[in-house]
Amino acid sequence: MTDVAKKTDTVTLTIDGIEVTAEKGELVIRVAERMGIAIPRFCDHPLLAPAGACRQCLVEVEGQRKPVASCTQTVADGMIVRTQLTSEVADKAQHGIMEFLLANHPLDCPTCDKGGECPLQNQAMSNGRTESRFHEHKREYEKPIHISSQVLLDRERCILCQRCTRFSEEIAGDKFIDLMDRSSGEQINVYRDDFFGGTGFGDGQVGEGEGDVAFNSYFSGNTIQICPVGALTGEQYRFRARPFDLVSTPTACEHCASGCSMRADHRRGKVLRRLAGDDAAVNEEWNCDKGRWGFRYATANDRIMNPLIRDKRTGELREASWSEALVTAAEGLKAAKAAGGVGVLTGGRLTVEDAYAYAKFARVALGTNDIDFRARPLSAEEADFLASSVAGGISDVTYDDVENAPAAVIVGLEPEEESPILFLRLRKAANKRKLQVTAVAPYLSRGFTKIGAALVVTAPGEEAKILAEDAAVAAALGAPGALLIVGERLASSPGALSAVAALAARTGARLAWVPRRAGDRGAVDAGCLPNLLPGGRPVTDAAARAELAPAWGVEPGVLPGTPGRDTDGIIAAAAAGELGGLLVGGVDPGDLADPRLAEQALDNAGFVVSLEIRGSAVTRRADVVLPVAPAQEKSGTFMDWEGRLRSFPTVLPTTAMTDGRVLEAIAALLEVTLGTGDVMTIRRELGAMPPSTASRPAAPTVTAGALPTRGATEAVLATWHHLIDSGSLLDGDDVLKGTARPSLVRIGKDLAESLGVAEGDAVTVSTDRGGVTLPAAITDLPPQVVWLPTNSPGSSVRRSLGVTSGAVVRLSAGAAGPILAEPPGSGSAALQAENRTKGANS
Amino acid sequence: MGTFTGSFKGFGVTFAHMFRKVITTDYPFSPPKPAPRYHGRHILNRHPDGLEKCIGCELCAWACPADAIYVEGGDNTDEQRFSPGERYASIYQINYARCIFCGLCIEACPTRSLTMSNEYELARDSRQDLIFTKKELLAPLLPGMEQPPHPMRLGETDKDYYIGALTNPGTSKGAERAPWSESGTHDAADQPGDRPETAGTSRRGDAHDQPKETVR
Repeated sequence: MTDVAKKTDTVTLTIDGIEVTAEKGELVIRVAERMGIAIPRFCDHPLLAPAGACRQCLVEVEGQRKPVASCTQTVADGMIVRTQLTSEVADKAQHGIMEFLLANHPLDCPTCDKGGECPLQNQAMSNGRTESRFHEHKREYEKPIHISSQVLLDRERCILCQRCTRFSEEIAGDKFIDLMDRSSGEQINVYRDDFFGGTGFGDGQVGEGEGDVAFNSYFSGNTIQICPVGALTGEQYRFRARPFDLVSTPTACEHCASGCSMRADHRRGKVLRRLAGDDAAVNEEWNCDKGRWGFRYATANDRIMNPLIRDKRTGELREASWSEALVTAAEGLKAAKAAGGVGVLTGGRLTVEDAYAYAKFARVALGTNDIDFRARPLSAEEADFLASSVAGGISDVTYDDVENAPAAVIVGLEPEEESPILFLRLRKAANKRKLQVTAVAPYLSRGFTKIGAALVVTAPGEEAKILAEDAAVAAALGAPGALLIVGERLASSPGALSAVAALAARTGARLAWVPRRAGDRGAVDAGCLPNLLPGGRPVTDAAARAELAPAWGVEPGVLPGTPGRDTDGIIAAAAAGELGGLLVGGVDPGDLADPRLAEQALDNAGFVVSLEIRGSAVTRRADVVLPVAPAQEKSGTFMDWEGRLRSFPTVLPTTAMTDGRVLEAIAALLEVTLGTGDVMTIRRELGAMPPSTASRPAAPTVTAGALPTRGATEAVLATWHHLIDSGSLLDGDDVLKGTARPSLVRIGKDLAESLGVAEGDAVTVSTDRGGVTLPAAITDLPPQVVWLPTNSPGSSVRRSLGVTSGAVVRLSAGAAGPILAEPPGSGSAALQAENRTKGANS
Repeated sequence: MGTFTGSFKGFGVTFAHMFRKVITTDYPFSPPKPAPRYHGRHILNRHPDGLEKCIGCELCAWACPADAIYVEGGDNTDEQRFSPGERYASIYQINYARCIFCGLCIEACPTRSLTMSNEYELARDSRQDLIFTKKELLAPLLPGMEQPPHPMRLGETDKDYYIGALTNPGTSKGAERAPWSESGTHDAADQPGDRPETAGTSRRGDAHDQPKETVR
């Protein structure tokens, strides 16, 4: 009697007469699936918790009185399961459930976007009756209602499987939609009150009545993808095509550094939709709305199709042939090289292959280290940090590590806004694996709240001090496997990156640097930095240069050995007229630390070559504009923040050329063989390159600055980008922009009191250059800190204020402060409005 | 002797045929009338108020074994309504260089929008002209019909258009057969179309009918 049944981790059961071993706790439907037995289902999704909502997966289990739902039933030892393949009971039950589900489902498959790829359609054919016995009138609702500007809900089609609500709650944490009402009136809908802090639209567009909270989740597109019927559809793809007409290509997302796997569907030379790809190691099956819907920039009207050169006579850009434009570019660059050198600004949107082409072109053809990919506020400290702690694959933290880490400290990064898929993984880890997140940030943002982060209150500029001294941060990082996740924004906080490197070394925490753009990490490794050659080789290291020289087929002495200018240095030198020319990739001057100076630099530089997809502030000032291919028209590789390579093939074959091919053509005219003409050649060259033996430079040791002193109505500016903002890759996606978070100026209680403003009142943030006026949101911020979205409608911080995070700004209540007030009689909008009213009254 | 009787025999056959029914046709002056269910060119029918029956579902394109049909859907709005319901065909093309007149498309059509007429005179002298667009395919407006876009005249919702349509086939009366398929030689494509046509092209049927209109 002492023999106790041994606890085992596996059980043995029989499904359809086949004995199978399964892990304890596994669901019957999964085990059957592994065996190749397909049980029909709607609500079941491998990444969502079991719900048993649709009842379609009924199977017969021996010993059970009634058929059971296999998506909620866990396996047990000795269980005998019979699916519809061997059991008449199960088959009849499934047919019955299907008849129930179709009793209220409208027969509008011909107009439904899901038609052709619809699980309900398919399984009604495979597991349903040919004819319904229900002849009653079907349930009717108002056909589609906008639950956000992008997502449409057709409640007639809904079978109440709750995949969308479960995704929103479990995965995204945005519980904007839920089951409403009861019985036959039960439906999915948005909340009709302002419980979740929504501003209420009241324009009749959203939901049924006023005061509805729109489904403005950054991940709302996933609900459309997992909806097993056509109840949720997207405005952008609505009625555009049929699935059987589309050609699908696996691709990678070009927006942020999360590295999502995607699927692009096109027909007749136009990408019509993009879906999240299935990659368990990276994005699982999800992506964000920006990646899903932000692809229309490539077909915008201002796309440059032919090379442009500046006409000597008229001074205007005119279309030119490729040969003429290339010769002009080569001659101009040659002259500029002699006249003071050429600075290369590549931007953070390049593939690894194209970034490598720029890096090689700068060194070999232009003989300079004046190259930088960073199109944002930056510091020399950051370049040193990247050389010591990021380049060449040192930080090898992966999504799996994030999921399994016991603790993570996040500095200079708002994961939901700046790396949404990292956010989803953090949230999964926090909910399922008890990951403890510590946020070193000015306030607990919505994203941080959703991952249950503990806040270490930090004013911008204070990060270095907090990281060096705060006990909570050091304690959090003490656990083995703890992660220190660092955002690119730390570059604008002096000493912070030095403190990060020191903290990681001290606590043994693993370091992950998460930039914002898809090409950033790849550009570091490809050598688009003034202090780094490809593979993380320091330019100052003669041995490293000697390693690279044979691979590039040049004499070791040819490669310049002194660190070049960074973006700010290049801009300053060009503005002062010291540089002979600029070679600019996809850079928007508005993203740089000082947009006005950047535009001045483009004006003052002797010769500007721009490689662009669309017209921009750079192309307007360029001497030669060479059109290049957007991501969907070329193949390449993005490197995500993990350092993982995300290769993608061409989605649309066109004649558009990659940056690498254009640079090769220019180099050929400069009598240099670049060998970057096609992607495979570059990959071979990169693959054949010997691993770097150069010693790694030491981490930077910059001392932290003190917080600046501020007057009563002055504050330190904290700022970061919203995910969906005014970036140029979201141009043309107006319905997507409708789901953006509202632009607000966040102020603390202290500032609200001293300014005398309440929630929602207009507050103006200004500097000597200009001001930004937005409605106030009173937030728990450190004293005298103000937060603005960096580049959202009504708030282009760098362009309007000319400053970035950590700077001191002035605050005033009301629309425009005294600095911005226009002189009387200048016909301001307010005056005009007043005049109009007067006119109407008289 | 044999030659003589042989000639009689031969002429006998000839003369006998003089009194038989002629099997040649006086085409194109009096074209033969095909069987009622002959698979001729397609028509996109209209509802009695002139709204298009086509909802742009692309099922015809899906059914087409020759890949001859191209459809692009579009959104109906209250300001711009072409068909009852949410969806209409913003582009509808049938390429008669590919069409094999099998009729699978009309079987697939869920709204009985696409039907086939008896019109068989489809020869054109350029491939471009063989791609028929909505302009050519849509049934002509009969009395009482109104050129879309216009609001729904026959009911509040699209359901009002479909419920009753089966029991009352009169709602699509006149749209199933285009008038020109009766007269035979007249070609609807002679009406100003939206396809560019070159001035030099002439069609049999045009030559003795009326001077060719040059479009655009």
